[in-house]
Amino acid sequence: MKEKINIDVKKVAELARLEFSDDELKVFSTQFQAILEYISQIDELELDDVEPMASPLPGPQRLRPDSQEKNTADTPEATQKMAVANAPGSMEGYFVVPKVIE
Amino acid sequence: MEYEAVIGLEVHAQLKTRTKTFCDCSTVFALKPNIHVCPVCLGMPGVLPVLNRKIVLYACMLSMAVEGTIENRSVFARKNYFYPDLPKGYQISQYELPINKDGIIRIQTDSGTKKVRLNRIHIEEDAGKLMHNHDGTSFVDFNRSGIPLLEIVSEPDMASPDEAVAYLKKLRTILLYLGICDGNMEEGSLRCDANISVRPKGQTQLGVKSELKNMNSFRFIHKALEYEIKRQTDVLEDGGTIVQETRLWDEASGTTKSMRSKEEAHDYRYFPEPDLLNLEVTSALLEEARKNVPELPDAKAKRFVAGYNLPQYDAEVLTASRDLAGYFEDMVKLFDKPKTASNWIMSEMLRFIKDIDTGIGSFKVTPAQTAKLLGLVEDGTISGKIAKSVYERMVETGKEPDGLIKELGLEQISDEKEIQEIIKSVMEKNQREVLQYRAGKEKVFGFFVGQVMKATGGKANPSMVNELLRKNLKEVK
Ligand SMILES: [Zn+2]
Repeated sequence: MKEKINIDVKKVAELARLEFSDDELKVFSTQFQAILEYISQIDELELDDVEPMASPLPGPQRLRPDSQEKNTADTPEATQKMAVANAPGSMEGYFVVPKVIE
Repeated sequence: MEYEAVIGLEVHAQLKTRTKTFCDCSTVFALKPNIHVCPVCLGMPGVLPVLNRKIVLYACMLSMAVEGTIENRSVFARKNYFYPDLPKGYQISQYELPINKDGIIRIQTDSGTKKVRLNRIHIEEDAGKLMHNHDGTSFVDFNRSGIPLLEIVSEPDMASPDEAVAYLKKLRTILLYLGICDGNMEEGSLRCDANISVRPKGQTQLGVKSELKNMNSFRFIHKALEYEIKRQTDVLEDGGTIVQETRLWDEASGTTKSMRSKEEAHDYRYFPEPDLLNLEVTSALLEEARKNVPELPDAKAKRFVAGYNLPQYDAEVLTASRDLAGYFEDMVKLFDKPKTASNWIMSEMLRFIKDIDTGIGSFKVTPAQTAKLLGLVEDGTISGKIAKSVYERMVETGKEPDGLIKELGLEQISDEKEIQEIIKSVMEKNQREVLQYRAGKEKVFGFFVGQVMKATGGKANPSMVNELLRKNLKEVK
């Protein structure tokens, strides 16, 4: 049984801070629909005995020791300069952004 | 109608690691912005996170300390939202499968010990820091970005601001005993949000809750919860309804204020972090965690009551800090009167210590010196009163008590002849009072004790003074 899945493309776009025209939203809506219908084929399988999988890759993840291994030849000044090098706005080592208050 | 409060706390504890959660940048606090950063914690495209093992160790230690369950397999998730302090546009956290579940923290209430249940403890990374300017811009510093946190979520098991504060204090003490967080609330290494609702007493269904933020001290948390209970109760009594919302504590006005945030702000769209595989806790790591969990405050307090025969109250004061408990134990190794030692610590030593968590290590008087001082009181070398003033000098100078007593000429006068001489001269100077005493006015006795003490600068052995005075005053010459 295939249910029609409704997806609010406009809201998804807003959450991703993307802006689209109405025509574009229509195109995405159709495409998203197709993706979801494709994925929903999984619902047709008998999966009660299958454990949910968080990653398709075999685990476990590797851990690193709590120590500094990076090349510490970098001075704080050089690190700071590197950090803000491509920022649209920076001042005294800070990134500068438009004020946002929640 | 009578209402009752239902409170749950979410605590963020900053972990004392050397390096950040997913990169090897330093976690040391820096005044200069963006100097402890790298492409990983700046959220540059294409970088990959690699988890710091120590964080997993610390999470397991905490879970063991609160009798929780450590999950063999846990999963990291992305919590998606946009804010300038979050460079990747998502925070790496844990969602459906956290590393620790369950657990218990015991608190003391008026009606005895209460168990507050924990729901979960999970690992996540901190965001950067924002500074707002007056010209419509904000400065962003990512030194804090990626610093490891444990989020500790309680069940809504607390029924009053007192209980909430007791829970938080206990949790903080446990973190400090484990040595995994410095517990500084003012500086934000321990942060607390509260979920609070009220309901008519006896009702089982929970009321609508509000989430309180911005409370960076025990006092503010108490005040904010008190205010919020009253506010919600007033709304319900006026026939209104509570709106589920986040509210900020405002210390200046002593009130909580609604943060009118957009609804979509809470649509975090969690999904498993594709850059990190499952986290598995090995038996070697569990073993290491077990070895690193010291005797905890509850167990220590119990041992102090049983082993040193101390009242429960004393045991709790002494075990509120691991350093203080150690100080006490070092002291009684050399001075075998635990209750006297405990009294001295609580009424004298603690007057000089502002913060029992950080102040003991740098305190000038050692346990051995305090033990020696109390020994000198026991053997009659000095009186308890003089011991207090000697102690004040010890606190200032860190000098040995016997040296100071000699230096200040404070040895107790226990020489019968000497005391006898002083009594004689006091009686000669106060003949009217002698007659009064002999006529039956016994109250004058205290006056004579005072005069003798004054004449000796408080150094005369009090019991000898009493005995000799009675003898001398009775004699009719
Ligand atoms: Zn980094």
